[in-house]
Amino acid sequence: MTEEIIIAGFGGQGVLSMGKILAYSGIMQDQEVSWMPSYGPEMRGGTANVTVILSDERISSPYLTIFDTAVILNQQSMDKFEKSLKPGGTLIYDPNGISHHPTRKDINIYRIEGSRLAAEMGNTKIFNMVILGGFLAARPIVKIENVIEGLKKSLPERYHKLIPLNQEAITKGMDSLETVQTI
Amino acid sequence: MAELKLMKGNEAIAEAAIRAGVDAYFGYPITPQSEVIEYLMSEQPEHRTGMVVLQAESEVAAINMVYGAAGTGKKVMTSSSSPGISLKQEGISYLAGAELPAVILNVVRGGPGLGTIQPSQADYFQSVKGGGHGDYRLYVLAPASVQEMADFVDDAFEMAFKYKTPVLILSDGLIGQMMEKVLLKDQKARLTDKELQERHGDWATFGRVGGRERNIITSLDLQSEKMENRVHRLMAKYKRMEEEDLRFEKIKCDDADYLIVAYGSSARIAQKTVDLARAKGHKVGLLRPITLFPYPKKELMEMTKQVKGILSVELNMGQMVEDIRLAVEHKVPVEHFGRTGGIIHTPEEILKALEEKIIKG
Amino acid sequence: MDIKDIIKPENQVYKKTDLMTENALSYCPGCGHGTAHRLTMEVVEELGIKEDTIGVAPVGCSVLAYDFMNVDMQQAAHGRAPALATGISRTWPDKYVFTYQGDGDLAAIGTAETIHACNRGENIVIIFINNGIYGMTGGQMAPTTLPGMRSSTSPYGRDVRSMGSPIKITELISNLPGVYFVSRQAVHTPKHVRKAKKAIKQAFENVKLKKGLSFVEIVSNCNSGWKMTPNDANKWLEENMLDFYQLGDIKIDGQLVQK
Repeated sequence: MTEEIIIAGFGGQGVLSMGKILAYSGIMQDQEVSWMPSYGPEMRGGTANVTVILSDERISSPYLTIFDTAVILNQQSMDKFEKSLKPGGTLIYDPNGISHHPTRKDINIYRIEGSRLAAEMGNTKIFNMVILGGFLAARPIVKIENVIEGLKKSLPERYHKLIPLNQEAITKGMDSLETVQTI
Repeated sequence: MAELKLMKGNEAIAEAAIRAGVDAYFGYPITPQSEVIEYLMSEQPEHRTGMVVLQAESEVAAINMVYGAAGTGKKVMTSSSSPGISLKQEGISYLAGAELPAVILNVVRGGPGLGTIQPSQADYFQSVKGGGHGDYRLYVLAPASVQEMADFVDDAFEMAFKYKTPVLILSDGLIGQMMEKVLLKDQKARLTDKELQERHGDWATFGRVGGRERNIITSLDLQSEKMENRVHRLMAKYKRMEEEDLRFEKIKCDDADYLIVAYGSSARIAQKTVDLARAKGHKVGLLRPITLFPYPKKELMEMTKQVKGILSVELNMGQMVEDIRLAVEHKVPVEHFGRTGGIIHTPEEILKALEEKIIKG
Repeated sequence: MDIKDIIKPENQVYKKTDLMTENALSYCPGCGHGTAHRLTMEVVEELGIKEDTIGVAPVGCSVLAYDFMNVDMQQAAHGRAPALATGISRTWPDKYVFTYQGDGDLAAIGTAETIHACNRGENIVIIFINNGIYGMTGGQMAPTTLPGMRSSTSPYGRDVRSMGSPIKITELISNLPGVYFVSRQAVHTPKHVRKAKKAIKQAFENVKLKKGLSFVEIVSNCNSGWKMTPNDANKWLEENMLDFYQLGDIKIDGQLVQK
């Protein structure tokens, strides 16, 4: 099994750390992983994206332009990455701030109201964990217990008290995924 | 204790340096490798192993601090990225001339000039042909994964001390900035002063301990005959490196009709191209030089008996391709494909180039 | 009295230190380098620290200092001696590390290394030979060349409007908190030699204290570069150099000396 994922949004949405937790989850279940961020001027105030690959085999290119799954969190990323999905691939997006919704017919499309749900839970910082929950509902490639283990590994010890809150956000996201179309 | 972690290449090499028992790191910040010194500073290795970490006033000062410490027999390293490595070249040439062991990491970015902070392999010539002034080479290791970033610290120091020469780890922004799973080795003890004095007392300058004769570290020989001897001694080392410590990896080469040659990040991307090409029915293999100096010249010549053409894939406008052409002596066509300026070629682009330039229908 | 009576050990009043090698000095007759070398090595011998002393000599007339100083030595690239000394001292914190640098090396091409080693308070000794000229390359203008002074690259005299004024780097670094001891001395008369040795000794003794960098400037001559006889050069030094580069202690125990 190899899953090639792009997560893309604004800097500050927790795109990179969501990718990191996903990658750590892969390690927890003995998979090979890579996490390749956009870096430098691209990141300043604008979009941030990260390519995450989980695989049972040695990973070849950590840098990709075609993906199995895209997690899209702003319009620029929708414009850039909807077309980069493989036919039969999966697009997961937060409709907040999206004016041009995805139009492809040959992919699976899901919505997750990450911004609204995080605001309802009273903590916008857990936005990316709600999104991660939505991703896991659509693409259950890692077990939830491995995600929690991944969280523990990627968070410094002093933040471990926040793990229950993050777990709650992931669960919320898993329960709140809406199917737009499946093929 | 060995440990499995998810780390950036730049962080992995820094952690590996602490675990390898490195005595000192001297560096100066530059993107995309500042994580190396940031990680070391945050880890406070002076408390973990006694390792010294110092932010120098410039790359020039940093490489000369390396020279000073290396001249006393210590395990010492520095890191930088392309423009900073250009600044270090004076010191690297002196290290080579004075025959001092040291490890230098270059996390390459696009150039020339200030260039870009995105990944590149445009420093190939500079890395494998010497880099600074004079008749010398470096032993050059090219990691293609975060694991190799970590593993090559030990390997590099082994070579540096075996040959008493500066060793370059030639990485790039992609390997430096990406995270992968990495198995970190057990902590190695640093040499005690006494162990160091016993091991390196015949050349290192830590004081005339026990009243021994003085040691001198220099690259100066005003008499031409002596200088020629010194250069001959260097050349003999380089020949020995080729015989004893050449490294490369072959991927799906057994039945290959066509060969891609690529190192570092390009090798990772090209490996995907090999799979794409094979899915289309082209028998393509990948030869990945792990050492760029010494270079797998004989292996390439051997491959010409089997393959119909070679594509050199590099993040530059064609540098390593010259060494491939020299190695295969026009036995088969050799072409180059690469993007530059910080743009990373895609597996699909490489496949298209392979089909157009080498396979040709 | 027979000569054999004279050379009896009890009659010996001076002996060359064993820490100067038997190699004939390559410096020009009358040059101050030989004296400054000897003083440095005498101090190392008297303090009994040859097993723990490492010297760094960069590019300049002193590039071959390792031929004469019988301690462990490193030869540095032009201007980089303080960086080498930093690398050595940081990894061997209990050793006595000194640099021996000329004015072009220390105050022109190596200004950054000098100032930052001083500013970090590296626990090293810097011996700075200032003769106002590039001796080794044949008498070109140095950062310390006096106004109006002729050199092969200021053949009509140093014009401060286009070539800048001589830099008093010693005063400059004395203001840095990392610097513990600063003194400016000369070696052109026996009286000055005695004082210079005292300053060098103080500098090496300070290393034990680990309180910062010790810096000794030696205002010296360059009769070849100045195109004078040795005697005339010393006279010119006395009349011109010492006016601009005034001798004496500048900083003691981390405190600037009030004048």
